[in-house]
Amino acid sequence: MRQFILLHMITEFGHFALILAFLVAIVQMIVPLIGAHKRWPAWMAVAEPAASAQFLLTAFSFAALMYAFIISDFSLRLVTLNSHSAKPMIYKISGTWGNHEGSMLLWVLIVTLFGAMAAWFGGNLPPTLRARVLAVQAAIGVAFFAFILFTSNPFLRLAVPPFDGQDLNPLLQDPGLAFHPPFLYLGYVGLSMAFSFAVAALIEGRVDAAWGRWVRPWTLAAWVFLTIGIALGSWWAYYELGWGGFWFWDPVENASFMPWLLAAALLHSAIVVEKREALKSWTILLAILAFGFSLIGTFIVRSGLLTSVHAFANDPERGVFILMIMGFFMGGALILFALRASAMEAKGVFGLVSRESALVANNLLLAVSCFVVFVGTMWPLVAEMFFDRKLSVGPPFFNMAFSPFMLVLGLILPIGSAMPWKRARIMRAVRPLRYVFVLALAIGGLAYAMQTGRSLLGPIGLFLAAWVVMGTLVDFAQRTGRGPGRWGRLLRLPRADWGKMVAHTGLGVTMMGVCGLMAWQQEDIRVAQFGEPYEVGGYTITLDDVINKEGPNFISTMGYITLAKDGREIAQLRPEKRIYPVAQMPTTEAAIDYDLARDVYVVIGDRQETGGWAVRTYIKPFTNWIWIGSGLMALGGFLSLSDRRFRVAAGARKAPSQAVPAE
Amino acid sequence: MKRLALIFLFLASPLWALDPSEMLEDPELEARARALDHELRCVVCQSESVAWSNANWAEDARRTVRELVSEGASDEAVMDFFVARYGEFVLMSPRASGSTWALWAAGPAMLILALGMGFAYLRGRSRTVAPQEAALSEAEAARLREILKD
Repeated sequence: MRQFILLHMITEFGHFALILAFLVAIVQMIVPLIGAHKRWPAWMAVAEPAASAQFLLTAFSFAALMYAFIISDFSLRLVTLNSHSAKPMIYKISGTWGNHEGSMLLWVLIVTLFGAMAAWFGGNLPPTLRARVLAVQAAIGVAFFAFILFTSNPFLRLAVPPFDGQDLNPLLQDPGLAFHPPFLYLGYVGLSMAFSFAVAALIEGRVDAAWGRWVRPWTLAAWVFLTIGIALGSWWAYYELGWGGFWFWDPVENASFMPWLLAAALLHSAIVVEKREALKSWTILLAILAFGFSLIGTFIVRSGLLTSVHAFANDPERGVFILMIMGFFMGGALILFALRASAMEAKGVFGLVSRESALVANNLLLAVSCFVVFVGTMWPLVAEMFFDRKLSVGPPFFNMAFSPFMLVLGLILPIGSAMPWKRARIMRAVRPLRYVFVLALAIGGLAYAMQTGRSLLGPIGLFLAAWVVMGTLVDFAQRTGRGPGRWGRLLRLPRADWGKMVAHTGLGVTMMGVCGLMAWQQEDIRVAQFGEPYEVGGYTITLDDVINKEGPNFISTMGYITLAKDGREIAQLRPEKRIYPVAQMPTTEAAIDYDLARDVYVVIGDRQETGGWAVRTYIKPFTNWIWIGSGLMALGGFLSLSDRRFRVAAGARKAPSQAVPAE
Repeated sequence: MKRLALIFLFLASPLWALDPSEMLEDPELEARARALDHELRCVVCQSESVAWSNANWAEDARRTVRELVSEGASDEAVMDFFVARYGEFVLMSPRASGSTWALWAAGPAMLILALGMGFAYLRGRSRTVAPQEAALSEAEAARLREILKD
């Protein structure tokens, strides 16, 4: 009995740890800031142990909540609402963050994790800057600890615990839930580091090349995680929702896409700060806005203000709280920016045609495309409030208004990245690329001639992808010059160059996937009779049988389908239709035969009154390129992150740090 | 097995969007109807188009679209039919009319503004002479050198 009580006490300890972490964060927010202002080393030194303590306490609290989910402690309100004793263990664990309260705790856990990492690896930063960065990071923590404790406490108990829970939304009972949100949050919250660095630099009143080098790894890491998180989410939607869409321009998806676009802009502009000491105030502004969009994303997902397929908890009161947090951080940071930005003079001078200008163009396109997504996402709200028009802004708008920016971005990418710093000659940069351009045009033309329809989307996609990928590779090969030993030199190029090459190639590959899928997808919906084969896009599909099966917490109707081409069997497909009795919800589990050139995507529907079963078949060309490309982008980011100069800057070795910036 | 059957009975709602029984014989008309499905929003759902929704309302809408298309209505006429009954909320994307012009023009306008500012900045950068090195203390300069050393 005593052991039983002790085990259940763990939840109380978790709750207590969360409150303690909140208090530590308050101390860490105030003391180092005063210390940095007054130049009191002892006060500044509070930041690091505090950051570690904050992280450990929050981690303990999170572990306690996870434990409650694992043992199905239905005396916790949250566990009752979102779990069930018959649920498989992996979904009990991932169910910890498959709800509003738990996911907020994960959010703040990652805030403290990044704070602790900055404390552990920030030995190389000037002490005042480090103290200020950690104080700002703690302030973000304070806001979200307060949010959790006062509006969304996961540790609330029920007076009368029920015998069993109400189960997790079946759509979330998928391995996708285990990985998608953590990566996404690592990305969202990683941008808080860039924000903290920006605000600390504004307080400090100085931004130099070293600052650019310090802030860039954090931005890169955040961007890599966001890329992985978004790609995983998109893949999850692709196989789970039953019609094979990968992107719906839903407000919640846009909420993750906007920070991604700005983070991409930020990590490019930080290069200019680092290498050329220009674009300083713009980079600071981007860092502030990128995190601002993360906050907007959190707000959109949790306020219920905009209708979305994936909205979490629609609670206006919570929405107001997040709006206040957002107002405080964005308002404060932007006022600080307005006061201090003019002090940051650019040093680098460069010509109109130069790498710097190309990166400015990159930033303009990414920032304006982010603006388009933002306006489109918020417009239903604006229209209702100011024009009394209730309307929706969906995929047709975004496809038309957003895509042109990506087209132009792809067009200038190889040229821009081939240009040297300071002053370039356009002809010299373009010359090695002209064959590539002609070849890419030819590939696009060939696609146009070969396809059946008149659509331009596919050929343009193919042209763009070929241009970006080949242009990137040619530019990369150019870096080594001519003559013997070229391969050796190629291998010895800095990791940052490799990262750039891999990431840009990935972008081209993803563009190909998106355009190819949208242009050449084939759809077939029909009533299939047992043992009667039919053709879709050159594939023969036969429905052999349909059986009923019972899973751990669901009942399934499973189709047995044979996929063949030219008389040869390629795959056995098992599409399912599931019903989760506890949650009273049906889901579809598509069966997919994956291939580099195309996916065959099969969904089973209802039994027809006339006999036979409804079966839906899609041939989806180039789909996997979308995720392979995203993977390459993330890999490129990692390669760049592992570049020697960041390892040095991140404080791999302790350096003497008596230097104190002049005020 | 009895339990199974009972549950199926309760949940006999259509599990997926377009059903073969709803489809038109003529493939060309069906293709047009499907394109229209994507332009119409399921008004009882959370930001889903009629094409993808399982709701009864969406099923009715799909049938209506097919009826209208079979009767020879143009795409415009089908959209007008829905807008007249459910307001412009029923369109997945608003038409460029009245205040919505601002939505469609926002991107291009911002781009022009951004290009102007970017160009002005770049021209300024390319014309200025490099300013004097800001005064760094000896220690700072040494530190910076160390950090920037590759």
